Amino acid sequence: MAIDYLYPEYEIVRDYDKCIACRVCERQCSNEAHWYDDGKGKMLCDNAKCVDCHRCVSLCPTHALKIVKSGHTFKENANWTGKTITEIYRQANSGGVLLSSMGNPEPFPVYWDKILLNASQVTNPSIDPLREPMETVTYLGKKPAKIERDENGRIKNNLSPTLKLSTPVMFSAMSYGSISYNAHESLARAASELGICYNTGEGGLHEDFYKYGPNTIVQVASGRFGVSKDYLNAGAAIEIKIGQGAKPGIGGHLPGIKVSEDISKTRMIPKGSDAISPAPHHDIYSIEDLRQLVYSIKEASDYKKPVIVKIAAVHNVAAIASGIARSGADIIAIDGFRGGTGAAPTRIRDSVGIPIELALASVDSRLREEGIRDDVGIVVGGSVRSAADLVKAIALGADACYIATAACLAMGCHLCRSCQAGKCNWGIATQRPDLVKRLNPDIGYKRLVNLVHAWDHEVKEIMGGMGINSIEALRGNRLMLRGIGLSSTELDILGIKHAGQ
Amino acid sequence: MKRVYVNEKWCLGCHLCEYYCTFANSGVSSMVNALKDKPLRPRIRVEEHDGISFAVSCRHCKEPLCVKGCITGALSVKNGVITVDSNKCVGCYTCILSCPYGCISPDDSGHAISKCELCTKNACGEPACVKGCPNQAIVYEDRDVTDTNKEAAV
Amino acid sequence: MLREGEIRIPSGCAISGVISKSGTPINGREMIKSIATMHDRSNGLGGGFAGYGIYPQYPDLYAFHVFYDSNAAREECERFLDKRFDIINLSKIPVRKSDKITSEPLIWRYFVEPLKTRLKDSKLDEKEYVSRCVISINSNIEGAYVFSCGKNMGVFKALGYPEDVGEYFRLDEYEGYAWTAHGRYPTNTPGWWGGAHPFAMLDYSIVHNGEISSYDANRRNIEMYGYKCNLQTDTEVITYIIDFLLRKKGLSLTEAAKVIAAPFWSTIDHMDEEQAAQARYLRAAFSNLLITGPFSIILGFEGGLMALNDRLKLRSMVIGEKDDKVYMASEECAIRVIEPHLDRIWSPKGGEPVIVTLDSYKDKVFI
Repeated sequence: MAIDYLYPEYEIVRDYDKCIACRVCERQCSNEAHWYDDGKGKMLCDNAKCVDCHRCVSLCPTHALKIVKSGHTFKENANWTGKTITEIYRQANSGGVLLSSMGNPEPFPVYWDKILLNASQVTNPSIDPLREPMETVTYLGKKPAKIERDENGRIKNNLSPTLKLSTPVMFSAMSYGSISYNAHESLARAASELGICYNTGEGGLHEDFYKYGPNTIVQVASGRFGVSKDYLNAGAAIEIKIGQGAKPGIGGHLPGIKVSEDISKTRMIPKGSDAISPAPHHDIYSIEDLRQLVYSIKEASDYKKPVIVKIAAVHNVAAIASGIARSGADIIAIDGFRGGTGAAPTRIRDSVGIPIELALASVDSRLREEGIRDDVGIVVGGSVRSAADLVKAIALGADACYIATAACLAMGCHLCRSCQAGKCNWGIATQRPDLVKRLNPDIGYKRLVNLVHAWDHEVKEIMGGMGINSIEALRGNRLMLRGIGLSSTELDILGIKHAGQ
Repeated sequence: MKRVYVNEKWCLGCHLCEYYCTFANSGVSSMVNALKDKPLRPRIRVEEHDGISFAVSCRHCKEPLCVKGCITGALSVKNGVITVDSNKCVGCYTCILSCPYGCISPDDSGHAISKCELCTKNACGEPACVKGCPNQAIVYEDRDVTDTNKEAAV
Repeated sequence: MLREGEIRIPSGCAISGVISKSGTPINGREMIKSIATMHDRSNGLGGGFAGYGIYPQYPDLYAFHVFYDSNAAREECERFLDKRFDIINLSKIPVRKSDKITSEPLIWRYFVEPLKTRLKDSKLDEKEYVSRCVISINSNIEGAYVFSCGKNMGVFKALGYPEDVGEYFRLDEYEGYAWTAHGRYPTNTPGWWGGAHPFAMLDYSIVHNGEISSYDANRRNIEMYGYKCNLQTDTEVITYIIDFLLRKKGLSLTEAAKVIAAPFWSTIDHMDEEQAAQARYLRAAFSNLLITGPFSIILGFEGGLMALNDRLKLRSMVIGEKDDKVYMASEECAIRVIEPHLDRIWSPKGGEPVIVTLDSYKDKVFI
């Protein structure tokens, strides 16, 4: 047997004084890290199999388990870190591209954490959301270019199709295939109860979920999986996915092993075949092609649905967004480089793209400079982690935010970043029936509803403190923001002043 | 009346209900002390076969065969809950033989029986198996159709 | 220290206004008396007036009131004006020197009309042409600031208490069918003449009391449509919003009020269907022009006044009526001092506009 160069990253620590050998850890670990030794009469484990997902820790009834980072270390080297060395060993072993899941974990600046919010003192009153109406309803879409009146002088409703959200949050695209049926059901039911939208991702729409249509965004990605006229008309909006923050410029690959009967039917591809999304849309090689696709989709949906174009935040994002705004799209979705994924090449995930905060600020500024900001709604995602991030995004200029990692966390995800293995112990990123059933949608949807309600309360509390009682008065209101510890270039891009100024 | 119901669709076969049940009825304040190196005597048991699993406990039947067959009057129905008076039980096991669901077992002493009493006799409040189930596969619900509803249904 | 325009300065205020529906001339002295009563609501760092119908001799000419820091600025501005306008009359605005009004700029007045050829070449309508010229002077000519540019109306403002400003500008020598006045209480500035209120654009003038929390959202939106918020004041942005909604988008006064002090969604849900549809439309179409935070404003326009509070009514404002006159003020005392015997006095609800026009303008104003 070849030498295994890799030492386990995590260690399972069991307190044998507390362990009652109920074996729930063993039964719940899809990686088979735990087992019961009859001879010794005790539980044993293999640290090498542990992905640190905490399923065993969470279910252990006596709290006898914890997972710690291994203290094992390479000889210290600031250049050749343990992570870098390990990756070389893995590639030397496999000869393959390194794969990773979830968002960019590298220590790049998180600008949300370097932006501070304002509150009213003396010169104008803060508003108490418990006593006064506080509005977070958001309409996403184009604003009309001119007012039209009928023969009686009444204003005609010439609004383009819009998305109405009870609060400016949506669940971003995660395909059926990358996540489970039960995760999809949880998202769909939660969106429905909350009055917001979830997004099918590129995997089509399961026939059971057509009933959640008014709260569904159906996605059209480069693989065109599951796209049909019925599909396009099933949702409240249609999203053309050009790129994803975790892997700009890269397509997708759902291995055939995950393409079950149900998924094959939903994606409209043969069972067991690999579902490969090309890197570009092969009918969009330029911005004028995008315009054609936007209008093809509008034709197919009778101009009744807003069309979203989703792009990854890349260097030239402002100019690209300006092109999209002029393509007929109603909404632009921008996904930052910390956005999650079910699987992406590690090098791409960790080195391509830019932070959403900077992308958003420059897109919003650019569209305003060109006088076309009212022609599109802006939705941003790529690691919006809390109500504070959400408020900062809206004050920088977003109309609403997409959340996916936070939504997965609400459903139980512990960010072990092993989605690509398909053995998600929390029943989210898996198609194995025994694992899928671990996410009971009755629980999952309720936790999602709770999360968004909690954020909505917090947003209202923060807005009240600023003396703002409607979310639209926060949108693009950059005076409510100050930077902390940022360079003047960063402040310029964000369009905000430094704290104290 | 509220009863324990099981939804096999969501049962993960983790067996935690058995441990929470045994602990709740042990009278011991720490789960570790109650269960470590002790035989497990749950009043709910997970049945598993071919990837399907579900927990089984006393149904609290409307016409309970166990009560009918009890020779000492140790088993009785109180507010719909079939309870056992261990002072009266002589351990004849007639009830164990007559229960169609196999939900009655000998207790630790071997001279009496133990069965699910919906945690009415311990400090648990809501049944421990329900509280301890991580996936809401065991629920405590009132699904009885009232007599009037029954009539209406007919 | 940074002056207005270089930094955003919140301020509290007093406002007052009066209109005679029959068009009976009202002397500027009346307004001075009214605003003086609310002396304590200002702190000597700004006061001003707007009078409507005060230039009957040139009713069809644009009256530009301009502050200059220097004669060089004046010469540059006059060269600019000369190329674009026919200047019918120019003079210094007559003032009554007083030790209460100091650090005066040069204050000039021009009655002008756009040069026909230039106007035609610009392919703009006349009002847009004038407003772009004004915005250009204020943004590009250092030391020149046009603070009034309407027809048959004029703004008079300065650093100081409003009553002293009124005396300084000899408002007792002007008569008009409507007046508004403003006393200012800025919180952290030495103040600047241009930063005093009213703020005006064409015949629209605004006096405003409050500090709007939506400022930057509103500013960044309105600046997309050719406006430039040089002063960074609430009043400036509110004026531009009103100009945009009324003049450029063709909304009525009531519709504009429903944009800037939009009814709450919960209120809209209880309206009858036609009203609800209109309110929803206006909120969705102009969501970025909703103004939040406290404000009470009096908008002056050709032929009338409109008073409006923020939708929570976080600032005081009362309306009084006597015969053909309607009074609007932050405090009742400012009305009683000039008309003790009112027929009616009330406090309008938040977001409920009070629109009063000249009888002769009833059909000309889009209410």
